[in-house]
Amino acid sequence: MKKKLKLKVSAIKDGTVIDHIPAKNLFKVISILGLDKIENQITFGTNLDSAKLGAKAIIKVSDKFFEDYEINKIALIAPHAKLNIIKDYEVAEKKIVEIPERIKGIAKCFNPKCITNHEVITTCFKVIKTDPIALKCRYCEKITAEDQIKML
Amino acid sequence: MKKDLISITDFSKEEYLRIMELAADFEENPNQDLLKGKVVASLFFEPSTRTRLSFETAINRLGGRIVGFADPDSSSATKGETLHDTIKMVSNYADIIVMRHPLEGAARYAAEVSSVPVINAGDGANQHPTQTLLDLYSILKTQGTLDNLNLFMVGDLKFGRTVHSLLQAMSVFENPIFNFISPESLQMPRAYKHHLEERGIRYFEHEEFTDIISAADIIYMTRVQKERFSDPIEYEKVKDIYILNKAMLENTKPNVRVLHPLPRVNEIATDVDSSDKAYYFEQALNGVFTREAIISHVMNLK
Repeated sequence: MKKKLKLKVSAIKDGTVIDHIPAKNLFKVISILGLDKIENQITFGTNLDSAKLGAKAIIKVSDKFFEDYEINKIALIAPHAKLNIIKDYEVAEKKIVEIPERIKGIAKCFNPKCITNHEVITTCFKVIKTDPIALKCRYCEKITAEDQIKML
Repeated sequence: MKKDLISITDFSKEEYLRIMELAADFEENPNQDLLKGKVVASLFFEPSTRTRLSFETAINRLGGRIVGFADPDSSSATKGETLHDTIKMVSNYADIIVMRHPLEGAARYAAEVSSVPVINAGDGANQHPTQTLLDLYSILKTQGTLDNLNLFMVGDLKFGRTVHSLLQAMSVFENPIFNFISPESLQMPRAYKHHLEERGIRYFEHEEFTDIISAADIIYMTRVQKERFSDPIEYEKVKDIYILNKAMLENTKPNVRVLHPLPRVNEIATDVDSSDKAYYFEQALNGVFTREAIISHVMNLK
């Protein structure tokens, strides 16, 4: 019988826990959410075992709460991320990340002949499929597949 | 709010029909001074004699004046000016911009930057909507309808932007059937077949170019280019298969017409030119009337 192992990551009083981040994307998530620029107390763990993801990362940010549109920015690189909103050490709310209909300014268009790779333009994609993810560029109309997605 | 034409899908079915209506009007009466006092910027960042002359003829027949350039060497792009800055400047001078650019998405971006309407005359391998509209007009003129047609598309269906676009446009009409004839490596891409499947539209794929064309209402020919093959031996094997000659038209329907976006190399034998069913040169002429219609519609001139 398998022993259930629990990782002890310090509990936070108020704030947000982001769980089920693919370990390889931890730092991208931190960057996209601007967590490397804020003063709040942050704890994170990475390369933790996950049945679903293989290796996962978890971030706990004290005294920070995210709007839906903010958190959905990580949907491309952490589509199965789960959020626990903590208030007074208790889980007050659970949220999941939802892939938005449009992705702006986060991903690169894979087409080298797309105008967005030649001039300073905020990329914009329509999400045409979610599993696996497929992004249609607003400009060149080509589809960037999940394995081709590169972050800006 | 200004109107642009960047992709064929920007227009609704009603707008396609409106363009057909206007094109017929301009065919009957090509010289109408609707652009009098207006300046049209013709910006060809990539050379294109046929499309450019067609547009410039249309503009002239509408009484408009043209400014612009015909190739990138004579534009400020050589000084390193961004597309953004060029378009911002030109939209201050002109009332409408017609643009061809080698990069995909350039026209969409130009439309965002410009305060005046933008018509895409071709952006890289992406869209060429005015070609599609003139193809639609040609089909309507020769078949009397855009519904219930059997469309054969032959040649390079993988990279051919004209066939992709025509497929999208024709899929809004009633009950089309598509027949694709191409080498295996140049088949119609999955995304377009999916587009048809989603709409319950029937399509068939063939590798051989045979008398199945006897069922066709339209035969749309495209060129099979050597550069598109990763294996030159494969090209040698197929290069002569997708050629239409006059004898092949013997058992076809009387209403069938052969279309080609031009330039034609060897995929349509010259003996086809004398057939009643050859339509590719008239198709090019329809381009002038269709472009007059597009400019007119986009600028709300009539």
